[in-house]
Amino acid sequence: MSEKTGDKPLRVRMPIGIDYKWCAGPASTDYLTGLKDGRLFGRRCPVCELVYFPPRNGVCARDGVMLGESVEVGPKGTISTFCIVNVPFLGQTIKLPYVAATIILDGAHLGFSHLIQECEASEVRMGMRVEPVWRDKAEWDYSLENILYFKPSGEPDAPFDDYERHL
Amino acid sequence: MRDVAIVAFSEGPVTFGSTSTPVEMIVPTVHDVLKQAGIERTDVDFWCHGSCDYMTGQPFSFVSAVDALGAWPPIIESHVEMDGAWALYEAWIKIQTGEAEVALVFGNGKSSAGDMNRALSLQQDPYTVAPLWPGMTAMEGLGACAALQAGTVTERQMAEAASRARRDGAKNGNVLVSGNESADELLSRPVTAAPFRDHDIPAMADGVSAVIIATGDVAKKIAKRPAWIRAIDHRIDHQNLGWRDLARSTSAAIAASEVGVHKDKVDVAELHTTFSHHEQLLINALQLRPDATSITPSGGALVGNTLMAAGLSRFGHAARSIFSGSADRAVAHAQQGACLQQNIVAVLEGN
Ligand SMILES: [Zn+2]
Repeated sequence: MSEKTGDKPLRVRMPIGIDYKWCAGPASTDYLTGLKDGRLFGRRCPVCELVYFPPRNGVCARDGVMLGESVEVGPKGTISTFCIVNVPFLGQTIKLPYVAATIILDGAHLGFSHLIQECEASEVRMGMRVEPVWRDKAEWDYSLENILYFKPSGEPDAPFDDYERHL
Repeated sequence: MRDVAIVAFSEGPVTFGSTSTPVEMIVPTVHDVLKQAGIERTDVDFWCHGSCDYMTGQPFSFVSAVDALGAWPPIIESHVEMDGAWALYEAWIKIQTGEAEVALVFGNGKSSAGDMNRALSLQQDPYTVAPLWPGMTAMEGLGACAALQAGTVTERQMAEAASRARRDGAKNGNVLVSGNESADELLSRPVTAAPFRDHDIPAMADGVSAVIIATGDVAKKIAKRPAWIRAIDHRIDHQNLGWRDLARSTSAAIAASEVGVHKDKVDVAELHTTFSHHEQLLINALQLRPDATSITPSGGALVGNTLMAAGLSRFGHAARSIFSGSADRAVAHAQQGACLQQNIVAVLEGN
């Protein structure tokens, strides 16, 4: 912990650490246990009727009310926006360039970020239809990492009207 | 100065080990206080929140609390890394500047999320004190020892404060611990963290409190008998425990003098006493007369320490005594930091 060397000042290392117990709450519990089973659950706001996926903190940030019924969404979805990553960084595991996209799952109204693979970065576009590629079932946990990435589903692009309000 | 009053108060369930997220815990209490006031959230023109990121372990966790309010159309809101009572103080200033008429103030904390005795060490000087992880109980123990040695508080007064808090807690119902033990019975129990016995140490709790304050005409429309904030003052003692006299609360005494606590009778004084010895220190500092004043009839934070909400709850309970007519003049007090470092004192009146 400490060392004293001649006339030099005493140096002490005092690492800071506190353990926390985080409760997911009812909405995120549905979401996380769903992922464990390979299913995608959001929640619907009883006021604006939008479906949040993920259900965030269990409340609708627009209306300030608790989210209501659990709604199964996806697994297919539409890319609303995306970003092509060209910059290498320490610890990078994915081959450059790659695409991080905001995906609106079918039945959901909130975008979330995931990787797009199995196509050239230059092919990715707004409105592109995608579907998840899951990890081996034996590896599933209470995590969105159960989905390795999304890939093009081969369906025709969604019309702009479908995702315009979620941009 | 503009006339400002507390017009509604709601306190969520005082529990330990809530399985909801902090944001999910806030929603029902905010809804309830709006309902009590009979106003819509769009009628609120300033929102102010008190909480502590060290309690959740999430930097900027207070930002997600805005989700609980419904921020569309956009709202004007602010946050203090303090008990909700400090959020009330900020909202009161906001109203004084003329920028708001109605403010909703809330404080929340989930003590069960971690070891709060340890987390609260981080309120101390980050170079010389916090790295030693003194723990809140040990720091308050130093304060209690200083007070006992100086004779400003006696062991019996501590036991009497705890005994009354536990009885009042039973009447309140929304607390974590309660009991009917006499001071003698409590004194016969073992000392567990000298000079404290278990009942001298607060029962850490999860909870949310919300208060609505409003200006003159609006307040009269909302509440039959608003609790007018006649004066409010905030004073701070030095952070370093060795640089101040822990046997008395100098900052609380200055705040009490500034708001004129002693100038008239005090029917109710809701004191934010987290450890039992705080009560006598505050009675001394505020020059209260326990024979003439009902001291913390809600039971107080000793029997349910909803960190970051308990101070605001004292304002709420003091206001309730005005709403109901059981008090004409009440004192609300809140503290923050180790050994009563920071104190807010306010005088509330029914007329
Ligand atoms: Zn909504």
